[in-house]
Amino acid sequence: MYLETIGKYALMLKEVFKKPQKPKIFWENYFKEVEDLGIKSIGLVGFISFFIGGVVTIQTARNLSNPLIDKLYIGYATIKSIILEFSPTFISIILAGIVGSYIASTIGTMRITEQIDALDVMGVNSLNYLVLPKLVAAVTFYPFLITISMFLGVFGGWVVGNMTGMVLSEDYLKGIRYSFDSFDVFYALIKTVFFAFFIATIPAYYGYYVKGGSLEVGRAATQAVIWTSVSIIIVNYILTQLLLS
Amino acid sequence: MIEVKNLYKSFDGKAVLKGISAVFETGKTNMIIGRSGSGKTVFLKSILGLIKPDKGIISFDGRIWEQMSAEEKRQIRKEVGVVFQGNALFDSMTIEENIKFPMRMFTQLSPEEKKKRVNEVLEQVNLEGVNDKYPAEISGGMQKRVALARAIVLYPKYLFCDEPNSGLDPKTAIIIDNLIHDLTIRYNTTTVINTHDMNSIMEIGEKIILLKDGHKQWEGDKSEIFFTDNPDLNDFVFSSALFKKVKELVQKEGHFD
Repeated sequence: MYLETIGKYALMLKEVFKKPQKPKIFWENYFKEVEDLGIKSIGLVGFISFFIGGVVTIQTARNLSNPLIDKLYIGYATIKSIILEFSPTFISIILAGIVGSYIASTIGTMRITEQIDALDVMGVNSLNYLVLPKLVAAVTFYPFLITISMFLGVFGGWVVGNMTGMVLSEDYLKGIRYSFDSFDVFYALIKTVFFAFFIATIPAYYGYYVKGGSLEVGRAATQAVIWTSVSIIIVNYILTQLLLS
Repeated sequence: MIEVKNLYKSFDGKAVLKGISAVFETGKTNMIIGRSGSGKTVFLKSILGLIKPDKGIISFDGRIWEQMSAEEKRQIRKEVGVVFQGNALFDSMTIEENIKFPMRMFTQLSPEEKKKRVNEVLEQVNLEGVNDKYPAEISGGMQKRVALARAIVLYPKYLFCDEPNSGLDPKTAIIIDNLIHDLTIRYNTTTVINTHDMNSIMEIGEKIILLKDGHKQWEGDKSEIFFTDNPDLNDFVFSSALFKKVKELVQKEGHFD
C-alpha cells in the first residue's frame, strides 16, 4: 500500500518536472503562486516568529538564572534555537498546515468538478500546469520567508528581553554574535528547500488523486497535512544527521 | 469519424463496458443514450482517453489511439472540444479567460485576435456582455453555453457533450441542443452527445446508440425509434405517457419528420 503510494507519487513528479508547454503561462502562474503560497503567509509567519522568539528568550533567561552563567548565553541560546530549529522546521510545519491544506483542497476541488479532466482533454499536462508553478514558488520563496522568520524571531527575543528586563540589550546583542556560525543559516536554508518541496508536492498528490466529493476533498487535505508534517520531521532528522554530525 | 471496436472496461471486477462497437459519423449529432448506470459516461470518457479501457480499439479518422505516443495523443486532444456534465469551467478565471484558455495554451494569436474570437464564440452561443463575470456569477444555462463556447473556440474536429441538458429548463435545453446541432453542421464536426433527455433525442438525434448494462442494445436514427420493436429501446424511450402517445400518433401517420 505505502509502496504503491510512493510509486504513484514518483510518477506524478515525473510528469510535474516536464518542460512547461507555454513558458509565459508558467511564469504568470509562478508569480501568482508566490503571492498565494508565500507573500500571503508573511504576516502570520512574522507574528508567530516574533512572539516565539520572545518566549524562547524568557524561558532561556529563567533557566539561566545562575549568576555564574553569563547573560550573553540567553541571546546565544535564542539565536541557535531560532535558526537551527524553530524557523526552518516549525515554521515549515505551520506552512504545511496553512499552504498544504490550501493546495490539496484547491486541486482536489478541481478534480471533483472535472476541471482537471477539462485540462487533460484539451491536451494540457495538468500535473505540470498545476503543480510545477507551486513547487518552484515554494522552493524559491520559502528560504526568503524563513530568513524573515529568523530575523523576527531574534528581534522578538531582544524586544521581550528588554521589556521584561530579563536580559540587557548589550548582553543579548553580544550573545547573538557570540560564536555565530554562518553554516547554521546555510543548514537551515538547505532544510527549508527540502521542506518546501514536500509542502508543495505531497498536498498536490493528495488533491490530484482524490476521488469522491467534498467530504473526500476535506479528508485529502487532512491527510496531506499529516503526511507533509511527518515527511518534514523525518527529513529534518536525516538532514541534521547528514549535515551536522 | 470516430470508430470504436470491442471496448471493454471493468472496475474492481465489475464489467461496465462489455465489447461495445460504434461508428460516430462526421457532420452528424451522434447520441449515446441509456439509463443512469448503463455505462454511457465510462464509454465517453474511454473515447476521450480519461479512462483507460481494458480492451478495444478507438480511432480518430483512422488514427488509432492505443498506438499513439503521449505527444500524438496531446495533439489529437487539441482537435477535441468537450462540454462536461458539470461544465468544468475554471472557477478562478473569468468567462473571457475561460474561453481564451485553449487559445493561450495552443496558439500564437495576438491579444486582439483572441479577444475577437472570444466575442465571436460568445455571440454564437447567444451570450454577450458576460466577459468579465466569473462562472459562479452566471446561471447554469449560461455556464453551459460558456462551456460550449470554450469547447468550440479552436474549431474542434470532434465535439463531445456529456449530458449537456442536465439541470436546465426545457426551453434552455432546446436552445443548447440547437446550438450544438448548428455548430456540428457549421464546423462539420464529429459530435457525440451523452444523454437521457428524450427531447434532445427527438430534436437533434441523427444517429442514436442505446446502451444497456454495458452492451449496445440498439442503433438507428430518430425516425426509426418509432417503428422498432426492440423492447429495451421501447422501455427506455417510451416510458412516459406523453411519448407513448407521440409514438401512437407517429405510427398512425407512418413517418416522423
